[in-house]
Amino acid sequence: MKKVVWGLVLLLVVLHQDVWNWDNDRLVLGFIPLTLAYHASISIAASAVWLLAATTAWPTNLEDDADATEAGQ
Amino acid sequence: MTPGMIKVTIIGVYLGLLLCLGVFSSRLFRGTSKDYLLASHSIGPFLLLMSLFGTTMTGFALVGSTGEAFAEGVGVYGMLASSSGIIHSLCFFVLGVKLWSWGKKYGYTTQAGFFRDRLDSDKIGLVLFPILVGLVVPYLLVGVISAGKAIEGATRGDFPALTENGAIPPWLTELVICVVVLVYVFFGGMRGTAWANTFQTIVFMVLGVVAFYLIATGLAERAVEDGRAHMMVDGKRVVRTEPPTGLWDSFNIVSQEIPKARRVRAEVTAEDQIESVEAPAQFRTREGLDPWMFFTYMLIPFSVGMFPHLFQHWLTAKSGSAFKLPVVAHPIFILIVWVPCVLIGVWATSGLINIPPPIANDPNKVLGFMVKSLSGDVLGGFLLAGILAAIMSSLDSQFLCIGTMFTTDIVVHYSGKDKFSDKQIITISRLFIIAVVAVTYALSLTDIAQTRVFQLGIWCFSGFSSLFPLVLLAVYWRGLSKWGAYAGVITAAVVWFALFRASEFGAIDNWSVDFTLGGREIHTMPVATMFFASFAATVVVSLMTPKPSQATLAKFFPEAK
Repeated sequence: MKKVVWGLVLLLVVLHQDVWNWDNDRLVLGFIPLTLAYHASISIAASAVWLLAATTAWPTNLEDDADATEAGQ
Repeated sequence: MTPGMIKVTIIGVYLGLLLCLGVFSSRLFRGTSKDYLLASHSIGPFLLLMSLFGTTMTGFALVGSTGEAFAEGVGVYGMLASSSGIIHSLCFFVLGVKLWSWGKKYGYTTQAGFFRDRLDSDKIGLVLFPILVGLVVPYLLVGVISAGKAIEGATRGDFPALTENGAIPPWLTELVICVVVLVYVFFGGMRGTAWANTFQTIVFMVLGVVAFYLIATGLAERAVEDGRAHMMVDGKRVVRTEPPTGLWDSFNIVSQEIPKARRVRAEVTAEDQIESVEAPAQFRTREGLDPWMFFTYMLIPFSVGMFPHLFQHWLTAKSGSAFKLPVVAHPIFILIVWVPCVLIGVWATSGLINIPPPIANDPNKVLGFMVKSLSGDVLGGFLLAGILAAIMSSLDSQFLCIGTMFTTDIVVHYSGKDKFSDKQIITISRLFIIAVVAVTYALSLTDIAQTRVFQLGIWCFSGFSSLFPLVLLAVYWRGLSKWGAYAGVITAAVVWFALFRASEFGAIDNWSVDFTLGGREIHTMPVATMFFASFAATVVVSLMTPKPSQATLAKFFPEAK
């Protein structure tokens, strides 16, 4: 699953370079400039990707490790 | 009560509440330096989210983004906000959790402590300390200057007896917020800071959305009343006379004007201006922006990986899983704060509102001016409190981290752990914080304060970003040597200074490093040169020099035993 998460992060980075929207001045929903709406969507997509990371690729061993050492101090 | 007094009273009550919160949190203080500096690793997911977000969102995010959108257009969201949603959470996920676990295991309080241990090098702390402090001070300045400018813009004409333009002078606002932040950091330490950050983050997010609503509806109503709004009828543009019918309709009215008249209405009649005056198309596109410049902007959010105040916040976490909420919610929180600010900035470029030259020439004042022009005195006071909340929620962590670094990395490290009692350590930390606040305040009174907040912020973040390769390699690469680290840090500092100087210390807006590739001139952000130079120096020198001891490597990379 980690590979999927990293793949999605890379995809977000690529989608972020939206040269195809560069000179598009259309308004989405009648008020948000397209370039702003597109990048707001990237923020929402980023949150979704990080949700996937938190639920499927979270490093649990670090927590046990830190607790064990502190208990032993 | 005069309009100015209403605003000042509301802001005064808000600052008083903040002081009460700081004093109250000091009652929970356990009396140890670990509690003062790290809240005894007791911060849960919600407080961690709010303190991390509140700390990363500064005057730069509110005042700077509105001003930059006013000056450069909507592209500013893509340049920094959406990339930050990806990169900030990446840094929390990849670095934050790992550094938290090592911090809890080995008792680190600052970055220098970690690097000393990880690299088997005492001197790396001496190299890092002045560079990190030198970069935090401009960051502090960004916050202090933003507060002064925002309040000045928002109170223009309210106090005719006080100053020439009738506004609260920046030096007074800056002094007041420095003192307020100082008091609650002084008494509350990290716990007070985390609580104050949470309170202030809620305040500025809620009031930000309220401000957005008021500005959108107020601007639309005024535009229709003044005959400045238009609508399309049978493919033709005609002046609109019907008042706005709600929030959505108001959005439509104001956003349609973005690429139109820009502060030149004096030259044309109200009806003519809609048809005859065009603003540069960039205001709702990225026309004129080099794609390479946009691409290299993406390196700037990596600064989060090396912010000393964020490192300290990471260490306050109660558990590793407390990071999950900040990692997931951070991009959405950025959206909630930045989209309204960017829209307000570009609406201010349209022909719907008259931005006077003193405001137009200093984009830092645009947000304050819009708030003043389009909300009542009571709401205006609340909204100004919200702007100050965003600014102060970063200043507190930065003040505290600088005090912590001085105490831990210099005083305690070089005098020995047993030389000072816990109480003395806290006192030294507090005294150094007072000194830093005094220096920051003094700098805010100089010419540096005239620099555009956004530009100053970009240079400051670029410096931290150029140190990102060091922390990434320290966490994930066994091959990193202390000589490689020295090379990386010194390269970052030298290249940063050389480029900053070439940009006339930030005075040249949008300064870029230019290359010619295949006959085409490419413009890149200075951060790219610094970042890759530092990365290359760290890796190349590390490959050629001895690694840390096996014991050290085994401590950080147990699988390598």
